[in-house]
Amino acid sequence: MTWDVEKVRKDFPVLHREVNGKPLVYLDNGASSQVPQIVIDRMSAYAADEHSNIHRGVHYLSQHATTAYEAAREKVKRFINAPDVKECIFVRGTTEGINLVAQSYGKKFIGEGDEILVSAMEHHSNIVPWQIVAEEHGAKVIMTPMNERGELIIEEYERLLNERTKMVAVTHVSNSLGTVNPVKEMIATAHKYGVPVLVDAAQSVPHFAVDVQDLDADFFVFSGHKMFGPTGSGVVYGKRKWLDQVPPYQTGGGMIRSVTFEKTTYAPIPEKFEAGTPAIAAGIGLGAAIDYLNSIDFDAAFAHEHDLLEYATARLADIPGVTIIGTAAEKASVLSFTIEGVHPHDIGTILDQQGIAVRAGHHCAQPVMDFFCVPATARASFAFYNTRDEVDKLADAVQKVIEVFA
Amino acid sequence: MSELNELYQDTILDHNKNPRNFRDIDDADKSADGKNPLCGDALRVYVKMENDVVSDVAFKGSGCAISKASASMMTQAVKGKNREQAQLLFDEFHKMVTGELDIESDDNSLGKLRVFAGVLEFPARVKCASLSWHTLNAALHDEGEISTE
Repeated sequence: MTWDVEKVRKDFPVLHREVNGKPLVYLDNGASSQVPQIVIDRMSAYAADEHSNIHRGVHYLSQHATTAYEAAREKVKRFINAPDVKECIFVRGTTEGINLVAQSYGKKFIGEGDEILVSAMEHHSNIVPWQIVAEEHGAKVIMTPMNERGELIIEEYERLLNERTKMVAVTHVSNSLGTVNPVKEMIATAHKYGVPVLVDAAQSVPHFAVDVQDLDADFFVFSGHKMFGPTGSGVVYGKRKWLDQVPPYQTGGGMIRSVTFEKTTYAPIPEKFEAGTPAIAAGIGLGAAIDYLNSIDFDAAFAHEHDLLEYATARLADIPGVTIIGTAAEKASVLSFTIEGVHPHDIGTILDQQGIAVRAGHHCAQPVMDFFCVPATARASFAFYNTRDEVDKLADAVQKVIEVFA
Repeated sequence: MSELNELYQDTILDHNKNPRNFRDIDDADKSADGKNPLCGDALRVYVKMENDVVSDVAFKGSGCAISKASASMMTQAVKGKNREQAQLLFDEFHKMVTGELDIESDDNSLGKLRVFAGVLEFPARVKCASLSWHTLNAALHDEGEISTE
């Protein structure tokens, strides 16, 4: 199967603009991916022709908007192979999703002396919510360590699991290192101890097909804007057995069954976790992004990304002074690197002047930076619309950085 | 690449590579820590005063070329100045990098520090250039620690 990257690029209008007088080379997909025309069109059609509040009115537009929003939820269910559409909760993004799970699950199940296992390579959004919960309930956050290649040490993980462990929080793909974690095996191990697992899937869903039933994930959280959808869209998949038991996160309209000043009862899932008017256009846009992903050959796309990763790794590793951070055996298309004697922000600025967008910084993963003893890295993260030619431009620009600082 | 050349001028590259007054002052009268949590830049500025005059000033820390060169050139610029003069330089520098002072048409005493005027074209980097100055200001006002975000 060959991947027609030029054809795919035509679907993404922004890829055809210039930045600083140069054609845009967009290599910051790990931060946010670009949006195809089909998503833009769907969202503008909603705004122009369909906008109304959902689950409220008996009038035509409200019913129409409700149908479109719920159709998007159904697309999400099929995309991740959730058993039941009601287990798919719409949120603003991964961060809100993890906060939702941490707060709601924590209130019900985490108490004094309990432990929450969080991996060494988590994004801050999968560390801080658990620290807060631990503080609130007298529990402890325990770190699952990694090795110098940026792979979790599975023997250590198994050793750390015990009867006090109440939650395992782990990222599917590391945003700063690209490591693909063996979450299916980790979930099976945790379940031996009766411990549920939250998978941060923000960086995995854009890159390969996922199946929450095959993984047996208890919670599976991701953002729309990293998978070619709009910002403000995201999903918490949770097993019904947990979602039914735990209290709501936010409260207000839309999530109640009945309210009196004496007592309020909550709506069933997913509404129980969806207080207030949601980001309706974003949810519908996410549905369109899933339509788009269903229309392409996802396996060929992933193979193309993998080729880009290998090619870029080889090109950059070949340049004296460049160090690749994160060399796990299993990686998605994230390439973090440093240049000897050059701060990543200077790399980022010089690359930007040549139209190349990369992320420079700690990637909201300061513990990862500390582990590798670097203040920050530069990170190129590829999507299926990137090309080998763009990798060449990146390598040339890195060479240029070294010349400027020689 | 013309804008880039304006930012990464030889002077800045030189001060990045060989920062001046890059050391601790053990018997400093004042010091402050400056941090930019967004990018991880962190430095400490030490000041030694003789009456009202900055008799010695130095810095230690890590950061990008812009923040390091700016700190280095700042130490050269304020050494021997009295508080009022140092404060004036701080104000002028701040105005220059935020576009409130035009180095060509407005009166100023920035001298060599004008090399940082190019930062204005790089909004994401303005804080890199001004971090050391804010830290010096904190030291002179005994504020101990500042954070720019």
